Amino acid sequence: MTTTMAQALNAALRDALKDDDRVLVFGEDVGALGGVFRVTDGITADFGEDRCFDTPLAESGIVGFAVGMAMGGFRPVVEMQFDAFAYPAFEQITSHVAKLRNRTRGALSLPMVIRIPYAGGIGGVEHHCDSSEVYYTHTPGLRVVTPGTAQDAYDLLRDAIDSPDPVVFLEPKARYWSGEEVGFTRSGPAMDKAVVRKTGKDVTLIAYGPMVATAMETAEAAKDEGWDVEVVDLRSLSPFDDETVTASVRRTGRAVVVHEAAGFGGYGAEVVARVTEQCFHQLHAPVLRVTGLDIPYPAPKLERHTLPDVDRILDTIARLQWADTPVVAGA
Amino acid sequence: MAVETLLPSASPVRFVAEDGTRADRHGGYAEPTETRLKETYRLMVLGRRFDVQATALTKQGRLAVYPSSAGQEACQVAAALALQDNDWLFPTYRDSVALVARGLKPGEVLTLLRGDAHCGYNPTETRVAPQCTPLATQTLHAAGLAHAMQRRGEDAVALALIGDGATSEGDFHEALNFAAVFKAPVVFFVQNNRYAISVPFEKQSAAPALAYKGIGYGMRSEQVDGNDAVAVLAVLDDAVKHAREGKGPVLVEAHTYRIDAHTNADDATRYRDADEVAKWREADPVKRLETYLKDRNSLSEHEIELCHAEAEEFAQSVRDTLNAESELDPMSLFDHVYAEPTRQLQRQRAMVAAELEV
Repeated sequence: MTTTMAQALNAALRDALKDDDRVLVFGEDVGALGGVFRVTDGITADFGEDRCFDTPLAESGIVGFAVGMAMGGFRPVVEMQFDAFAYPAFEQITSHVAKLRNRTRGALSLPMVIRIPYAGGIGGVEHHCDSSEVYYTHTPGLRVVTPGTAQDAYDLLRDAIDSPDPVVFLEPKARYWSGEEVGFTRSGPAMDKAVVRKTGKDVTLIAYGPMVATAMETAEAAKDEGWDVEVVDLRSLSPFDDETVTASVRRTGRAVVVHEAAGFGGYGAEVVARVTEQCFHQLHAPVLRVTGLDIPYPAPKLERHTLPDVDRILDTIARLQWADTPVVAGA
Repeated sequence: MAVETLLPSASPVRFVAEDGTRADRHGGYAEPTETRLKETYRLMVLGRRFDVQATALTKQGRLAVYPSSAGQEACQVAAALALQDNDWLFPTYRDSVALVARGLKPGEVLTLLRGDAHCGYNPTETRVAPQCTPLATQTLHAAGLAHAMQRRGEDAVALALIGDGATSEGDFHEALNFAAVFKAPVVFFVQNNRYAISVPFEKQSAAPALAYKGIGYGMRSEQVDGNDAVAVLAVLDDAVKHAREGKGPVLVEAHTYRIDAHTNADDATRYRDADEVAKWREADPVKRLETYLKDRNSLSEHEIELCHAEAEEFAQSVRDTLNAESELDPMSLFDHVYAEPTRQLQRQRAMVAAELEV
């Protein structure tokens, strides 16, 4: 039976609520409605209003209240509903959630999860499609993760809830309804670890969240060009798994980073820098990026022009100096 | 809920007039016992001395900055005394005297302002949250923690200290709303000292009193003469009791005045005149309580002398603590960022260690 990412997240929340009395789910519309994306569907009915409850509509309030609840021994999992709606909570997240452990020299920690449905590709109107990952990855003290598959959604959310550190959990909206076979037993620790989604020997595509599926499609299409593409799904944006990424790039000698967020000052720049620093002598070409345009997220009818797609990624792979430097498998 | 039950008193609650004589604007509030008032006096004298000493240490470069709360001792001490040991206090950067009154040591209280660390004490042991620098953000933490304690069946209350400027911040309003909706046992205590750095209250809010802001959230509210320690303690005692009994949060506004500048970096003569400051000096809360207690034969000259002697001794301990060079371990920079250091932090730690040849 196939399970969607939204259902996998729902199952992860349910299993966490079952396993640990301290876990609480709250936010705007998470109760009777089950969340605007139905990720919390039926949880209030099954676990009671004590465990999953609606709050006043105020994102800073939700996160700040969760800080106090976590200080008081609970493990809140809060929902921000949409990426850009989380910005009122930015101060709470960066000034308090990220720093309380450090400020109190370990006396207090904030084991909490801030779920943020993010990124575009769903035809949403403005303020509903931001890729806000860098705001959070730039903040020490936060862990930032994003699943690319339904199984990872389950595993990562379970890990995030168990984490002693606060986790910003970015859910790719465009993937909520994608189905796959999911085993609802944890398939091993997923946090902190990138994963090779598909092996290949010519070029490494580095993607995360909504772009994992696009990268996989690209790998399939690249066969027609004679390119054997490896796909690395980062899963954890902070901390960054250098080992998995560099091992892959050293094998293939070429790399392209793909993300939806604007490229300038973006997450891809960090990945390129790290890969270049660590794999310079194995690289046959500069590490390139395929990113969203450096514009505010466009209106729905134009979003296809900003979102990286298979063609744009293939065009970028084609620029990796194939003619000048023949690919040597396994080099 | 009838609005009448939420409304603050028409004028600030007051037990003691500015000249130390008995005033009768105290409504139904019970006067704190003589023992508690004498303890309040002792801590106010101690707090005033601490404040003066800390300000002096700033000028000597021992503290990076010190925001004085001189003139606000009634509020500072009453906030600490209204709480029991298992209650939580959520102070701001200006509330060092409240921490002293809560029983924290000078070295713990001044760690933040000295620049040694962001918090000098263990919040879980002291039940004092780190002194908060962003405005009003801690009010939400207080509401959340109060709700958590209530759910756990703990008989404990949270009290959040706030300045007048912070009531303009969104988090203040969100905290009041959350606390009221969840009936969290929390007391929001606004010390309206008339200035948010340089901006006077009239430019901060058009409300007749900040206490009125509670009503819109369905929260019981009160205003009190913030330089009358008897009144502040009476009102906070009642507010804490109300919250502890599960009747919901309370907003209390104390009308007071910041005698000194915002911090040593501020020039208060640019935005307020000397006459105004002089007028408020006359309303000095320490002197007022002293006169009141003396007139009632509750406080002898000898006891006053003892309080001042204790305060001098305390000031000496503040100097001794602050004049001793603190030893800071640079390697501690990498501690407690995450539960376990990430690989990135481990590499940076190694780099700094190599630089220091440790």
